[in-house]
Amino acid sequence: MTTAPERAIEQRDELGLPADPFGSGQVGKPVLRYGGGDRASGAQRFVADLVFPGALQVALVTVPVGCADLLGIDTTAARAIPGVVDVVTPADLPSPMPRFGVSHVDRPVLADGRVNYHGEPVAAVLAETADAAQAGARAVVVDYRELPGVYSLDAALADGAHLVQDPSIRPGHALAETNVLEEAHYTWGDVEAEQQRADVVVENTYTFPMVTHFPIEPGGTVAVPTDQGGLDIYSPVQHPYLLQRTIASVIGLPLNQVRVFAPDPGGGFGGKQNPKLEPLLAFLALRTRRTCRIVLSLEETFQSMRRAGCRISARTGFTKDGELTFHLVQADFQIGAYADVAPRVMGKGSYVAAGPYRIPGVRIDARAVVTNTTPSTAFRGFGSPQVAWATESQLDAGARELGLDGLEIRRRNLVAKGEPFVRGESAAAADGEWIQSLEKAAELIGWDTPLPPGRGRGIAVGIKPGATSGLSQSLVRLLCDGSAIVYAGTSDMGQGARTLWQQIVADELGAELDHVSVVSGDTGTVPFDLQTSASRSTVFMGSAVLEACQDVRRRVLELYAESTGMDPSELDERPGVLVTPDGEISLPEAARTALGSLRGEFIGQGTRRLRGKSKHPLGGDAAFYEFNATAIEVEVDRETGELLLTRHVTVSDVGTELNPLQVVSQDEGAAIMGLGHSQMEQLLLDEHGRIRNLGALDYRIPTFKDVPVELVSAAVENHDGPGPYGSKGISEGALLCTAGALGAAVTDATGVVIRDLPLTPERVWTALQHQH
Amino acid sequence: MTTVPTEDLQTVTLTVNGSERTVAVPPHRTLLDGLRDEVGLPGTKSCCAEGECGACTVLLDGKAVNSCLVLCVEAEGHEVTTVEGLSDGGLTDLQEEFLNAGAVQCGFCIPGQVVSAEYLLRTNPSPSEPEIREALSGNLCRCAGYQRIVRAVQATAARRNGQ
Repeated sequence: MTTAPERAIEQRDELGLPADPFGSGQVGKPVLRYGGGDRASGAQRFVADLVFPGALQVALVTVPVGCADLLGIDTTAARAIPGVVDVVTPADLPSPMPRFGVSHVDRPVLADGRVNYHGEPVAAVLAETADAAQAGARAVVVDYRELPGVYSLDAALADGAHLVQDPSIRPGHALAETNVLEEAHYTWGDVEAEQQRADVVVENTYTFPMVTHFPIEPGGTVAVPTDQGGLDIYSPVQHPYLLQRTIASVIGLPLNQVRVFAPDPGGGFGGKQNPKLEPLLAFLALRTRRTCRIVLSLEETFQSMRRAGCRISARTGFTKDGELTFHLVQADFQIGAYADVAPRVMGKGSYVAAGPYRIPGVRIDARAVVTNTTPSTAFRGFGSPQVAWATESQLDAGARELGLDGLEIRRRNLVAKGEPFVRGESAAAADGEWIQSLEKAAELIGWDTPLPPGRGRGIAVGIKPGATSGLSQSLVRLLCDGSAIVYAGTSDMGQGARTLWQQIVADELGAELDHVSVVSGDTGTVPFDLQTSASRSTVFMGSAVLEACQDVRRRVLELYAESTGMDPSELDERPGVLVTPDGEISLPEAARTALGSLRGEFIGQGTRRLRGKSKHPLGGDAAFYEFNATAIEVEVDRETGELLLTRHVTVSDVGTELNPLQVVSQDEGAAIMGLGHSQMEQLLLDEHGRIRNLGALDYRIPTFKDVPVELVSAAVENHDGPGPYGSKGISEGALLCTAGALGAAVTDATGVVIRDLPLTPERVWTALQHQH
Repeated sequence: MTTVPTEDLQTVTLTVNGSERTVAVPPHRTLLDGLRDEVGLPGTKSCCAEGECGACTVLLDGKAVNSCLVLCVEAEGHEVTTVEGLSDGGLTDLQEEFLNAGAVQCGFCIPGQVVSAEYLLRTNPSPSEPEIREALSGNLCRCAGYQRIVRAVQATAARRNGQ
């Protein structure tokens, strides 16, 4: 019988994966997912699956509008419902209302006198059962006065617009009297002269919809008061250490009194990065001295997180040879009622709004605009997909004017490795031979082969800055029998981080793959990790795990020398082995010898720290860039406007594939997610600011029947990344430029140009009707 | 500890994964609630609660259904198979192929996917790719992009057909 890893290796050829670059090691092999068996069998326990006997169930009270003053809350009827234990209103929380937030401390634990978005909790009902809590929530009578909320960019930016945030929240801030929370400006070159130099100029406005993450696991939180006056918090949060800090800060507890248990999220995609309802649950648990639990409906999950919609106006110039001369961008991100991390999304996304191109004159002006809508947060791509939609479409617009195709215009402008694509004070240079990905995507789609009528092709590229600072710490314990335990605080929400730690430790310490286990998701036992986002885990935590292994090897060497009476200088260590004058012995064997009859273990520690730069607009240089080229072939049904994707190719520059199976699966998932916002997804609001398509029935994401007939995912490997073995971050790449490639393909097939996403059948059909 | 008066609780006897189980549930509670909260089988997942995502798929008398759309009382006397009941503790061939194909990422949708795919293979041992896509189109996945789930089903069909 073959082992799981052996079966995986046998699959290499079958899956069309490249040859193993590391010989007999586990790194580089398509090792099967750590914990995958439990996920497939239903044994995996997500937050909602954890059982807390006697826990109070929590239900949220909301009002059915997006903006209102709260006049009073009558809890009498709710309290009379059997099973209801408590109804907590803002008056029951500390005054002033505690607030929290990542980039601004602006989000109240409960609505603070005013409701700022549809779904903002104004009270919480605690009951012995979920039914009673729901009945209680329905029975709470909220007296409110609806206000003329601002639900769109235009409304928020209009003269005299209702101010979403009280100016006192931003004392002394120049924009406090406006609905602009933050701005970003990037400029380089002589923009005026470059405008004069252009032979062809295209100017257009693009829109990118508000979309929701739609993880299949809705949100949930459990707060358990401890005997010592602290709290245990269970949450599928991507950043458990940030949550720990937030709870400690909001409640006023030392960090050691707040322990966050973070079971693997059932999908995160950025939506579960930052605290949402956890501070409220913490207050409820401390107030009642009982365990308090909430599991959100999918509708409530929609109301707790989304991606910022964006409107981008761009003016772009080219020489007659197709070289870009200038690119002017105004990007307005509709970020919602509270900041969360959205100002950074705006700043980081717009930083790459000129794309990975050689452009002598650039001016980018971006704004994070607050509106009375669900707060937006990180979402796979972190602002890059929005701006890439506009910039890639502008390149195609220029190409059409010049008689070039989408591939050629990009060939002529894409920067080479080491060449700057952002200039000025915060200059950034290409960290990969990105043309390789472009050429490979073109080749895999069959760019030059003729197409039948009604079909078209598009190609686009996307770029996203990785983490600009960070800290990951790891512990690795090599036990006396040669097995090992890794402690790494990365959240494994499907990307497979633990599989990589297992592979690295197996190779570095010479352990059997299935003799390496990983502990994560508990701030009480696992060392600090800043976050699981920005595709940073492989580079940051991966390096920390690698360093911890090297630390273990050094300790084995030292103790081996001591226990055998050898001089340490006679010994050396390498991955998996100890080198002695008599030859190599396996590290586990050396460890056993060194430990002797007392046994015990070796503990290694690893740290990867990247300090930021205070003067850099992003807080530091990106550790790496995610780069992707996507090519799509589409058939357009002119009668219905429906798009049939016949072929979809995505190629990412990954440095080194530590686990090819995970790389390819991540990119496929990202590609289909990208098709979601490109083809069908959008949150729609009514005149009261309510989400009209609230729930799975009306908000559509791709299904098995919506995905391309053929989906090809490939990688470029030059082993030039900053992570272990030359790896870079992956997983966001394949959705960075999906929209641009699809839009160009539709134009190629039909001649119509659509600048508003998503490209729904209605929108395509309407455009076709207006074509002539 | 309950808000529902005892007289409103309905006693439901059903067979779950081969064992007869009797639970007392309010009449509006779904089979999904009953399985997760009363029978204690949380492998069946809850997401949309309106029959759109497929995370809660179980076999009811051998047919794949969204357990969020079936009242628990409707299951009286019927036979239910959840993801936990597909195997005897280990993994089925289908579940192994899900892993081999790289179809499992966060895993939250996978129990429902596995149950739907098992139903397909039991009723159509050699499904075409369009048939697989059709049969699983009620099961949403936000991570993996579907392609590898299709491959897993194809690989299982081939394995079961001795190919």
